[in-house]
Amino acid sequence: MNKTCRIVNLQEEYSQLYQEHRSMIEDGAPEKMNALRAKAFETFIEKGIPSNKVEAYKYTNLQPYFKGTLDIAFSKEAALNGSSDKFHCSVPELDTHNVFLINGWFAHLEDAHQLPEGVVVGSIREKALEHPEVFEKYYGQNLGDDNDAMAAMNTAFAQDGAFVYVPKGVVVNKPIQLVNIMTGENDRLVFQRNLIVVEDNAQLKVMLCDHTISPQKFVINNLTEVFANENSVFDVYNIQNQHNLTTQVSGMYVHQKKYSNILTNNLTLHSGVTRNNIRVTMDDENCESHVYGLYLSDKNQHVDNYSFIDHAKPHCQSFELFKGVMDDSASAAFTGRVLVRPDAQQTNAYQSNNNLLLTQNAKINSKPQLEIYADDVKCSHGATVGQLDDDAMFYLKARGINENEGRILLMFAFAYEVIEKIRVEPLKENIRSLVEKRFRGEFDKCDSCVVCGHQGASVSCL
Amino acid sequence: MLVIKDLHAKIDDKEILRGINLEIKPGEVHAIMGPNGSGKSTLSSVLAGNEKFEVNEGSVSFNGKDLLDLAPEDRAREGLFLSFQYPVEIPGVSMVNFMRTAVNEHRKYREEEPYSASEFLKLMREKKKLVEIDSNLTNRSVNEGFSGGEKKKNEIFQMAMLEPKLAILDETDSGLDIDALRVVANGVNKLKSPERSTIVITHYQRLLDHIVPDYVHVLYKGRIVKSAGKELALELEEKGYDWIKKEFED
Repeated sequence: MNKTCRIVNLQEEYSQLYQEHRSMIEDGAPEKMNALRAKAFETFIEKGIPSNKVEAYKYTNLQPYFKGTLDIAFSKEAALNGSSDKFHCSVPELDTHNVFLINGWFAHLEDAHQLPEGVVVGSIREKALEHPEVFEKYYGQNLGDDNDAMAAMNTAFAQDGAFVYVPKGVVVNKPIQLVNIMTGENDRLVFQRNLIVVEDNAQLKVMLCDHTISPQKFVINNLTEVFANENSVFDVYNIQNQHNLTTQVSGMYVHQKKYSNILTNNLTLHSGVTRNNIRVTMDDENCESHVYGLYLSDKNQHVDNYSFIDHAKPHCQSFELFKGVMDDSASAAFTGRVLVRPDAQQTNAYQSNNNLLLTQNAKINSKPQLEIYADDVKCSHGATVGQLDDDAMFYLKARGINENEGRILLMFAFAYEVIEKIRVEPLKENIRSLVEKRFRGEFDKCDSCVVCGHQGASVSCL
Repeated sequence: MLVIKDLHAKIDDKEILRGINLEIKPGEVHAIMGPNGSGKSTLSSVLAGNEKFEVNEGSVSFNGKDLLDLAPEDRAREGLFLSFQYPVEIPGVSMVNFMRTAVNEHRKYREEEPYSASEFLKLMREKKKLVEIDSNLTNRSVNEGFSGGEKKKNEIFQMAMLEPKLAILDETDSGLDIDALRVVANGVNKLKSPERSTIVITHYQRLLDHIVPDYVHVLYKGRIVKSAGKELALELEEKGYDWIKKEFED
């Protein structure tokens, strides 16, 4: 059922919400999921929704966004609300396995029979029952020791999400696309919890595409746990394409074993308030991680990328690049925490954050945060904030290119470096043209879903 | 084609051009020479529309239009081309994308259909051949990592693509080895026509062996202090500028 909840004082009502609906929250959920709730709930209530007094959330006060009168679905029927079969995908150049999730709940998977043998894709609450050994081994094991309040909130409340399992040695050639759709007739609070396990020598590419297709306010707390085991290769591209009334706190927690190679890329093309928590734990030797992000914001949008690369073991490499273009009164923040533990000798960690501010009112806070406890390491970081280059602009004009076209060329040139890091060729093409459209002001998030191409209702184009 | 009358321009309240008068007719090649700091590059920047400089007096008419009234991009579309002394590197903007945008903006201005991708590539191939530019230069980002010579060749290539009525070559020869100089000069000469005019700004007579001027002007302290035929360049090469300075001071 959908429960409507009026939230004014945050903890008070969230506490009540949890306690009153505990049986519904736990109903039908895997045992392990329920077992972790109580402690997570305690952590969440103790810490509360972070305000900007919390150091890690200094540039994004989440409290006002988590207030209001919000619907919460405690069952699949309530979440889907009869909208499950509306969506289908037909973009030929992007050949993917498509999974649809509506308001945080698994809705359906297209062409399940085409998945390579042994690969499991589905609802986390259902697949956990079918594969208890995997679920119990991994679920909730990679949230780190920072006890993030939003991660705790997710663990306490989440009931469903996607489950992806790739067995040893299996290479999934086609990317798996998780299309997260937010819809409904009332403002809504959504939790979603995904678990992705890539076993030894396996390879997987995932796209997370976040959409809103109705004009209501959405408050989203989703969290994805990823386990990249020995010698595995894992990519995740999170394409965030939501209307201005959306608040999203998105957690990506990646755990790496020996010789694994992972890539995360958060492409925030359009949003209201977005907070990405990206945590990579390199828990074994010779891991390689690529952590990228591109955020394009205008009006009053706000994007906060908080990354935390934990170099726990020796001989690992991390490459981090985040770039942003802020227009109008948009604001953004970047924190790049890199922890090199005493053990982690021969670490290579590179970090870079570059920002382009197009107006006087646009704002960026960039904070590299390196904590190095080993003595034989190479770490670098750089943060830049700038405007469009006048000399380059004059050069373009002197060739007959007008100011507007020139701006688009230069903004695109700036963003291009992050797009080039995409390791899925058709997606790269797609993102290239979307970014260009975004800069041209022709990007209508309602025209079509970024990747799957379905139509949105025009009323939702805020 | 180009008529400059009593042009004054300044930057940060420092007057650099102090009354330039110059007339250029279709098909003519004019060389502007002069010692460092005499205002040669300022003149080219002002004509191209660089907003760093403020024009405080005078007029410039270009094919009957008031040039100073036009935005830099419109000056380019009207057929004015500046080969930059220091071409700007623009990482991330491919040469192809840059040139296609520029060429199509010119076409749009003339109310012509934009080129299709294949038409454009064909044009680009032809012009690359004409100016002997290395194919792989056009596959890179604009000027990024180009050597000095490559940058200048790239300017001439852009000129060939845009087919201007008036080209201003601002010290295109500075720092060029003899091969690059030959490529640049050949490019300019191949594009020469009775309708097209060129202003060559240079320190050295060397380039004028290849691009033969109809007139040579000496710019000194923001004014044209001497104008003559091509023989003036030889005289300057031989005697330097001191005698002109002296003549002027007197």
